[in-house]
Amino acid sequence: MKLYCLSGHPTLPCNVLKFKSTTIMLDCGLDTTSVLNFLPLPLVHSPRLSKLPSWVSKDGAVNLEKELKECAGRVFVDSQPEFCLPEKELLDLSTIDVILISNYHCMMALPYITEHTGFTGTVYATEPTLQIGRLLMEELVNFMERVPKAQAATCWKNKEIQRMLPGPLKDAVDVWTWKRSYSMQEVNSALSKVQLVGYSQKVELFGAVQVSPLSSGYSLGSSNWIIQSHHEKVSYVSGSSLLTTHPQPMDQSSLKNSDVLILTGLTQMPTANPDGMLAEFCSNLAMTIRAGGNVLVPCYSSGVIYDLLECLYQFIDNASLGTTPFYFISPVANSSLEFSQIFAEWLCHNKQSKVYLPEPPFPHAELIQTNKLKHYPSIHGDFSSDFRQPCVVFTGHPSLRFGDVVHFMELWGKSSLNTIIFTEPDFSYLDALAPYQPLAMKCVYCPIDTRLNFHQVSKLLKEVQPLHVVCPEQYTQPPLSQSHRSDLMLELQPPPMPYRRCSVLNLPFRRRYERIYILPELANSLVPSEIKPGISVATVSAVLHSKDNKHTLQSVPKPPPAPPSKKRKRVMEEPPVVQAPKPLLSGAVPLEAFLATLKKHGITEVKVEETADGHILHLQAEDTLIQLEEDGTHIVCDNNEPLRTSLRDLVLRFLQKL
Amino acid sequence: MPEINVTPLGAGQDVGRSCILVSIGGKNIMLDCGMHMGYNDDRRFPDFSYITQNGRLTEFLDCVIISHFHLDHCGALPYMSEMVGYDGPIYMTHPTKAICPILLEDFRKITVDKKGETNFFTSQMIKDCMKKVVPLNLHQTVQVDDELEIKAYYAGHVLGAAMVQIKVGSESVVYTGDYNMTPDRHLGAAWIDKCRPDILISESTYATTIRDSKRCRERDFLKKVHESIERGGKVLIPVFALGRAQELCILLETFWERMNLKAPIYFSTGLTEKANHYYKLFITWTNQKIRKTFVQRNMFEFKHIKPFDRSYADNPGPMVVFATPGMLHAGQSLQIFKKWAGNEKNMVIMPGYCVQGTIGHKILNGQRKLEMEGRATLEVKLQVEYMSFSAHADAKGIMQLIRMAEPRNMLLVHGEGAKMTFLKGKIEQEFSIDCYMPANGETATVSTNPSVPVDISLNLLKREMALGGPLPDPKKPRTMHGTLIMKENSLKLVSSEQALKELGLNEHQLRFTCRVQLQDPHSDSDTLHRIYTHLKSVLKGYTIQHLPDGTVMVESIVIKVSSSADDANTKVLLLSWSYQDEDLGSFLSTLLKKGLPSGLC
Repeated sequence: MKLYCLSGHPTLPCNVLKFKSTTIMLDCGLDTTSVLNFLPLPLVHSPRLSKLPSWVSKDGAVNLEKELKECAGRVFVDSQPEFCLPEKELLDLSTIDVILISNYHCMMALPYITEHTGFTGTVYATEPTLQIGRLLMEELVNFMERVPKAQAATCWKNKEIQRMLPGPLKDAVDVWTWKRSYSMQEVNSALSKVQLVGYSQKVELFGAVQVSPLSSGYSLGSSNWIIQSHHEKVSYVSGSSLLTTHPQPMDQSSLKNSDVLILTGLTQMPTANPDGMLAEFCSNLAMTIRAGGNVLVPCYSSGVIYDLLECLYQFIDNASLGTTPFYFISPVANSSLEFSQIFAEWLCHNKQSKVYLPEPPFPHAELIQTNKLKHYPSIHGDFSSDFRQPCVVFTGHPSLRFGDVVHFMELWGKSSLNTIIFTEPDFSYLDALAPYQPLAMKCVYCPIDTRLNFHQVSKLLKEVQPLHVVCPEQYTQPPLSQSHRSDLMLELQPPPMPYRRCSVLNLPFRRRYERIYILPELANSLVPSEIKPGISVATVSAVLHSKDNKHTLQSVPKPPPAPPSKKRKRVMEEPPVVQAPKPLLSGAVPLEAFLATLKKHGITEVKVEETADGHILHLQAEDTLIQLEEDGTHIVCDNNEPLRTSLRDLVLRFLQKL
Repeated sequence: MPEINVTPLGAGQDVGRSCILVSIGGKNIMLDCGMHMGYNDDRRFPDFSYITQNGRLTEFLDCVIISHFHLDHCGALPYMSEMVGYDGPIYMTHPTKAICPILLEDFRKITVDKKGETNFFTSQMIKDCMKKVVPLNLHQTVQVDDELEIKAYYAGHVLGAAMVQIKVGSESVVYTGDYNMTPDRHLGAAWIDKCRPDILISESTYATTIRDSKRCRERDFLKKVHESIERGGKVLIPVFALGRAQELCILLETFWERMNLKAPIYFSTGLTEKANHYYKLFITWTNQKIRKTFVQRNMFEFKHIKPFDRSYADNPGPMVVFATPGMLHAGQSLQIFKKWAGNEKNMVIMPGYCVQGTIGHKILNGQRKLEMEGRATLEVKLQVEYMSFSAHADAKGIMQLIRMAEPRNMLLVHGEGAKMTFLKGKIEQEFSIDCYMPANGETATVSTNPSVPVDISLNLLKREMALGGPLPDPKKPRTMHGTLIMKENSLKLVSSEQALKELGLNEHQLRFTCRVQLQDPHSDSDTLHRIYTHLKSVLKGYTIQHLPDGTVMVESIVIKVSSSADDANTKVLLLSWSYQDEDLGSFLSTLLKKGLPSGLC
């Protein structure tokens, strides 16, 4: 059993597990941090961005004025932003049988994998994961396609040139494999390969392996996966949360008794408490509004935003923000808000019970109804006429490189009355802000990451007790910036097996048994005999059928009755057909009892001679020798087949047959 | 031999009061717990005294499963759990869990408040009963206990309707509840995988019908409504608040829009808006088209359909009224019917099945004079139309489901006896499987023959697969040998050698040595060679070796030759074999005793 690691990003994993002749891809995360190296894509012409100076190396040797621009000392690529894909060369992706998706953030690379690689398998995901994942992909494509950029910068990727660029561009790896966004057509084609599954549904793969998603508590429809056969169990834990937010709670007990537990998607903010961050978010928001400023919240269109809106729902009246407009701007804003209301089955108990009333599970329905929250597909159209300040705007993309957020950065960046509040933990906020410097706007960093922290995960592992843990190498040492915090790493016994991008791990598995089914006819014909107290054995002779990785044992068909032979007398001379071999024998033949048995069968003249290892019995009348030893019996008998066979049977009486 | 028993307490050769007991692998499961609309006495509820005479049912049932929210499938639930007594788990899907208590409360009100019956379940009992409900998700495998697992499949029929698979070890039963094999205007079609249950328990409401295309029926329905409106008549459509009503509303709404009609459409009872809200929140349970477009346009927000007030019934002019309940046995639909029955311009369209004893059933059978309570008679002059919109599978659909699931046995419930008999014949003929149709209180028994799961050592399995190939040659099957070790609850199949090792036993060698005298005037080595040639020609398919150390080996049997001390022509053959080669050894000693044939070189 092997694990191929195609992504080095611990929260956007992409691993391939080879297990019992199946090849299973676990998640398909797209590392989007690469876009931080690019210039933002403005929705309307930005004089500031277009006037940025080109970057020229100090000695003037490198001059890529069309491709590289400089802003506040950092160099950016002026091109359509590109993403860092999962590794494609480590193994043949067309051999992948299935892809298991754990949550909608971890499927963004799906079109790159399922299209143009020869992939012919099936993707498994829950319904919310599919629907919201589709929205996020749609949004991404929309963000890119509505501001097409004619130029595709490639010269800077030349190794010789890249070497001379300033950091972090210089240190970016595998830049040649970076790819632009996919098209909607590719998204649709990729998602048409998804088969929906429900929590605890058991899905058979080729009869060899069973996979099953479990609630992971992180987002709508998010799942961990169990991959198991009758005797081996692998748990794949990815993006789990023990906090009570909107999704169904995490199913922990089903992870018990794993041989291997693959652990990814822990919190990226181990020192930031989500509740504290939420409080800080609210107070900063209220402060800015009261001072007459605007609040910009760069965010994804699904996930934490539901919790933020719920928090604000409770908060705005107390903070007398009742008249402040809240805007949610995204091509998929409406869909995301609507979809969140129809997945009652996937929500925490509290929200679930609301639909029985029947009421929408999330309070943002009421915010919309009372016109406190308005949503728009983009800043164009209705929004421009409704727009009132001061206001709060939720919009994407959290990288600040594309989407409507770019417009608000240009619009509000120059005033110190305004505040940008970062809530998504995926991007370093300083890097995100770099191309907007110098900036007067206030910046508040309240990353909300509800995924498991190190304390929670060690407790979880103590409870479910996997034999081995596999995790990204980042989890086996404290973060670089806090190297003294040994509590911010995994300390386990035995130590976890770390992986990095392009690792191939041999998982420590010893498969020893396989499930087989004995058909009823054969089962009924077996004759068990007790060998030790409580332990019985039966010899089995059967025909093995293996089909679709399922094995059954059937009775040996009876040979057809021999055709009546004319040469009757020759029958004796036919050699025996190769038959069931005799069972193995075990035990010993006790001398006294054996002599008594012989006597009963009329053999009385026995001379017993003691030897080093046992006894030799001389049957004088029959001129036959029987050598009895602890672990062997030897019968020497000439010319008397009937006697030999009866002696044989007498000896067999004392032995166990296996 | 293990067996599965199925006993209908209701719905055995009958429609209504669905309640089926299944005992499988030592577990007892109750499928549905419905009431009979046609009766007002004890026969209304299933006869739970069949399960036990003395009181509570908890210890006799492992779980109760409700397939959907129609009262003939869940109407007796509070009676069973609160009045007879059952505290175990009750499983149903989320939409069923949401809607079922509303219908139960409605039903209770009609029975207790309007008819004044006592000794009936109370609102509190409905609430207490619903507390015992565990929600089921589609395709989720729910472990009721260590051995019993259940899994729900989509059944169409009404919002949240499910078929359930019940599994204990390798034995399984599928119960369809009510289902629909063709998608309609708001629901999808039932689907199940090839799960090969031991018994498929199917409804058979339309056992003998093969219905024409849905589109034709819809056109027919719209035509009839339209004609009646045109001539100034009033149209009454008795429906249940949830289900068929929504489908017909969608149908009329689009028709009104297209034809620009002005006649009002009303929907009785305050349940409508609430009902439509359920459809909005449970949109994932509707058909693909509605699910896909719900963000842009929610199909359950109606423009033309308005709430009904009792006083409207006397308004002049044409109108269409949807009123509950669907079989004209009580409530608002019955009141309106009484008002409108005398006018031949009016029309009642019965869009679903009506059980025996209801007014719906009577007028559909052509009865024109009805005896009402208090000896009054009601003359029925209005047009009576029947439109089968009931979302049940027809004969074709039932056969289709059998092909999907591939059951080993079939069992029919929820249908009329005579029609079942016909379908039973058809099923037995087409699929060559047994088909049962027990009456209420009658038990159908099916013996199962489960395979025994065993853990085989991977070494043994791999060796066999390498030697024998994946599929046995039907002419020359390879026989695999091993030892089955039974210890506590584990069954392990290993090679005999491994079994000895695992059990800590020594092997005991049993050997035989036999001397055979032979007249053969050749040198020892020639004799040995002659024996070799002889055996080679006699024993086909055995390994025979002539070894340089002066022995012949047949498999593991050793043959040596020496001359007799007295006579050089008399050879003494020494044969030695172990018990494992007993058959061959015995054969050889007999064979060689007969001497070597002449003419051997």
